Amino acid sequence: MKIFSEIGSYLILLKNVFQVPENPKLYRKKLVFELQALGINSLPIVAVISIFVGAAIVIQLAANLSNPIYPRWITGFSSREGIMLEFAPTMINLVLAGKIGSHIASELGTMRITEQIDALDVMGVNSASYLILPKIVACIIFSPIIITVSTFLALLGGWFFGTITGVISSYDYLDGLQLDYTNHSLFVGLIKGFVYSFIISSVSAFRGYTVEGGALEVGHASTRAVVESCITLIIANLIITNLLL
Amino acid sequence: MIEIRNIYKSFSGRIVLNNISATFDAGRTNLTIGRSGSGKTVLMKSMVGLETIDSGQILFDGKDITTMNKKERHLIRERIGMVFQGGALFDSMNVADNVCFPLRMFTNMTPEEMNKRVDFCLERVGLSNVHTLNTSELSGGMRKRVAIARAIVGNPKYLFCDEPNSGLDPQTSILIDNLIKEITEEYNITTIVNTHDMNSVMGIGEHIIFIHEGNLAWQGTRHTITQTSNQELNDFMFNNELTKLLKASVQK
Ligand SMILES: Nc1ncnc2c1ncn2[C@@H]1O[C@H](COP(=O)(O)OP(=O)(O)OP(=O)(O)O)[C@@H](O)[C@H]1O
Ligand SMILES: [Mg+2]
Repeated sequence: MKIFSEIGSYLILLKNVFQVPENPKLYRKKLVFELQALGINSLPIVAVISIFVGAAIVIQLAANLSNPIYPRWITGFSSREGIMLEFAPTMINLVLAGKIGSHIASELGTMRITEQIDALDVMGVNSASYLILPKIVACIIFSPIIITVSTFLALLGGWFFGTITGVISSYDYLDGLQLDYTNHSLFVGLIKGFVYSFIISSVSAFRGYTVEGGALEVGHASTRAVVESCITLIIANLIITNLLL
Repeated sequence: MIEIRNIYKSFSGRIVLNNISATFDAGRTNLTIGRSGSGKTVLMKSMVGLETIDSGQILFDGKDITTMNKKERHLIRERIGMVFQGGALFDSMNVADNVCFPLRMFTNMTPEEMNKRVDFCLERVGLSNVHTLNTSELSGGMRKRVAIARAIVGNPKYLFCDEPNSGLDPQTSILIDNLIKEITEEYNITTIVNTHDMNSVMGIGEHIIFIHEGNLAWQGTRHTITQTSNQELNDFMFNNELTKLLKASVQK
C-alpha cells in the first residue's frame, strides 16, 4: 500500500515542479549552474568508463568470435550495436544514477532538514519548481551529449585497444562499425537517454525533497534515490527495448 | 494584524497545540514565550502555513490563510519575513546573495538599488564587510543576523522571528531586539517573536503570550508579567536570583 501513496506523492511533487517559474531570469541562472554541476561535471567519469568498457567489450567480443566461421566484421558490428543500444544509454546512466542521484538527493535533503526549503516556501517561492525543475531540465539537455560522447569514446576505446592488443584489425573493426548502419540505434539510444535522465533526476529529487529528520535520514534518502533510480531505469529499459526493437 | 482562533495541532496523536487563540496587532512586538518544547516553533510554522493545523483559523488581516488558494497564499507570503530558529540561510549563496534573494525574486529593482538595500539591511543588523563570505564562514550569531537582514530586506508586512537572539551575546541581543522593535513601529509591521530570553521579554514585550505544554497559559505585557500569579509562568520567568530580585523590586 505504501508504494502507491509514495507514487502518488511523487506525482504530486512533479505537478508542482512543472509550473511556470516566478522569475525566469533567476531560473535561467539556476539552469546554467545545474548544467555545470550535473552535466559538465559528469563528463570525466563518463569518458573514463566509456573508453575502458568500450575497449573491454571489443576485446571480449573479438576473442569470443575469433572462430573463422564468423564473418570478420562481426566484432565491429556487434560492438556498435551493443554500445549504442545498451552500453551508452543504460550502463552509463546507471553509473550516473549513482553520481547524479546521490548528489541531487543529498543536496535537496540537506536543504530540507536545514529549513532552507521552508524558507523558500515562506517567501512565496514555489520551492519544488525553483529547485527541481532546473535539475531535471539540465539532465535532459545533457542526456544526448552524454550519450553521444559515451558512444563515440567507447567505440574509439574499442578501436584503439582492440588494434594495439592485436585482437582485431583496424580494417575489420571499422568495416563492422559501418555495416548496415541506420540511425535507428542512435534514435533508440537517445530516447532511452531522455527517459533515464528524467527518471534519475526526478526520483532522486523526490527522495531528497521529502526527507524528514536529520543528517542520518539524508544519507538514507540518498541511498534510496540511487537504488530506486536504478531499478526504475532497468524496468524502463526493458519496456523501451521491447517497444522500439 | 494576525488573529489565530482555536488552533489545534498534533503529531501522530500527540497534541502539541491545544486550542490556542490570540490576536497579534500591527505596530507592536508580540512575543511568544514558553519552555523548550512547549510548541512555540510549531505555532509559528503553523501561522505561516509550513505546518498544517488540525483545526482552527489563522487570519492575516481578516483573511484565513488555511482556506486560501495557492495564489492568494503566495501573495501573502511575499509580504512575510521569517527568521528561522536555525537561520536557514541558503548555503549555495554568499551573504549578500542570501540577503538579496527576495529582492531578485520578487522585485524589478536595478542592481544598484538592490546593493544599496542589502548594504542598508546588513548595516542595520550590525554587519559590514561580510558580503562575500560564504554562509559556512559565519559564526552562529552572524548567521542569525544575516537571517534577520534577509527577513527584513523586502519590507515585510508580517515579521516572524523564531528565537532571533538565541546564541547572541547580550549586547548584540539588545541591538537585535531594538532593531525589531524599531522597524515594527516604523513600518507598522505585525511582528511575532519566539523567545525564552528574559531580556527580550522585559525589553520589548509589548504583548506576550505564554505557552505551556501546548496550552495558552497566560497573556499580558512586560508590565503585567511581574504581577502574575500564574505558577508556571512564575517558574519560567523568575527562576534565578537575579530575576527574583527584579520581581521583588518591581512589586515594591
Ligand atoms: N515534525 C515533528 N514531528 C513530531 N513532533 C514534533 C515535530 N515538530 C515538533 N514536534 C514536537 O512538538 C513539540 C513542540 O516543539 P517546538 O519545536 O514547537 O518547541 P519550541 O517551543 O519551539 O522549543 P524550543 O524553545 O526548544 O525551540 C515538541 O514536543 C516536539 O517534540
Ligand atoms: Mg523552537
